[in-house]
Amino acid sequence: MRVESYATLAEAARAMGPDAVFMAGGTLVMRDVNAGTSASRIVRSADPVLTEIRSTGDGVSIGAGVTMAQALANRDLAFLSSVARSVGGPQVRNMATIGGNIFAHHPYGDFAVALLALGARVVLAGQGAAKPLEDVLRERGRSSTSPIIAAIEVPRPRDPRAFAFAKISRIKPKGVSVMSIAAHLPREGGRIRGARIAFGAMGPTPLRATAAERVLEGQSLDAATIARAAQLACDGLDPPTDALASAWYRREVAGTHLKRLLEKMERG
Amino acid sequence: MAKKPVTFILNGSERAAFAEEGLNLLEFLRRGIGDLSPKYGCGQGTCGACTVIIDGETHLSCLTMAVAIEGRKVETASGLANGKVHPLQEAFMEHFAAQCGYCTPGMLMSAKVLLDRNPAPTRADVIEAISGNLCRCTGYEPIIDAILATANMRRLA
Repeated sequence: MRVESYATLAEAARAMGPDAVFMAGGTLVMRDVNAGTSASRIVRSADPVLTEIRSTGDGVSIGAGVTMAQALANRDLAFLSSVARSVGGPQVRNMATIGGNIFAHHPYGDFAVALLALGARVVLAGQGAAKPLEDVLRERGRSSTSPIIAAIEVPRPRDPRAFAFAKISRIKPKGVSVMSIAAHLPREGGRIRGARIAFGAMGPTPLRATAAERVLEGQSLDAATIARAAQLACDGLDPPTDALASAWYRREVAGTHLKRLLEKMERG
Repeated sequence: MAKKPVTFILNGSERAAFAEEGLNLLEFLRRGIGDLSPKYGCGQGTCGACTVIIDGETHLSCLTMAVAIEGRKVETASGLANGKVHPLQEAFMEHFAAQCGYCTPGMLMSAKVLLDRNPAPTRADVIEAISGNLCRCTGYEPIIDAILATANMRRLA
């Protein structure tokens, strides 16, 4: 195994290949290194752009190397603080990065669930325009060469109460998620416009619950609408069976957890 | 694997040793430097037994690459006692907060960072601060009591 360090992300991007993995905080890659199953080349970069947090007009651009702890300490990212706090324990939050979370397989990757619900876009190193996070998640693991994420552009919810996140775990205060749910329900004149609901651990990557989104679109958040959305929570999703929960269990409880989250949003 | 020189500050003293590329900081400290206080528990970032302080923040040494600490300040439990045992160590003994002792060095590191930043933590603050450290003996209560007692003692002192 070889470790390669590059001053700039552009150089690091050129060094990537089917035999290489990019390492940021190390919480995912070092597990493989310790187990002797990592890629033969580990690419690193100390490019300062990786740790930049910039407020843009209607959102925030987060460098992919920003850690959960740094996100928690940043006022521009207050709308994501409950999500960052839900990740790992203090040590993991001091190391794990926002960009790395997009590559985390469940039971990890809760932050990416929130980013998906918020409609985040991903800037890849050495590539031009930002891509929807959905595209990056869909391509995850399919291409032989993994891209390097430079930054994530997150639209800021106009009304902070329009965004909510829940991580469902069996152990408090720190436990990996049985599933996680994020909902962004912007309202215009009391009606939901542009509903986005995302689930973690309900498929191979964080996925949107499009059937539930359709139920909510154009409606107000009342008990009947919430009940119908909850009923369709799993529609189109294919939850896994793993050591934490069976697919059957996840299907049984997903609607209930979505209902609780939406009811909490309704109460404001 | 190629070896690279790593120079860093360990518990206030400059240290230098060669590290194989990809070697984790835990193995580097234990085998390369001879500091046996951080413990190997899971090698996956789950248990917190390998917790060390890097530049004032707790990190998992098993998931940190040794070459990445070049020029940085590392603190381990073996640096806590300064002539006499550290007040946290004293309180851990007083409150029976260690049984097998394997999680203790990591617990002490998490507790130290908590008290350095927050001299008057609540019980909830303590629980959160040690949430990344597993203990399979004590049920945590004596550990929480010991950390809170240390904070109280310091305020009285």
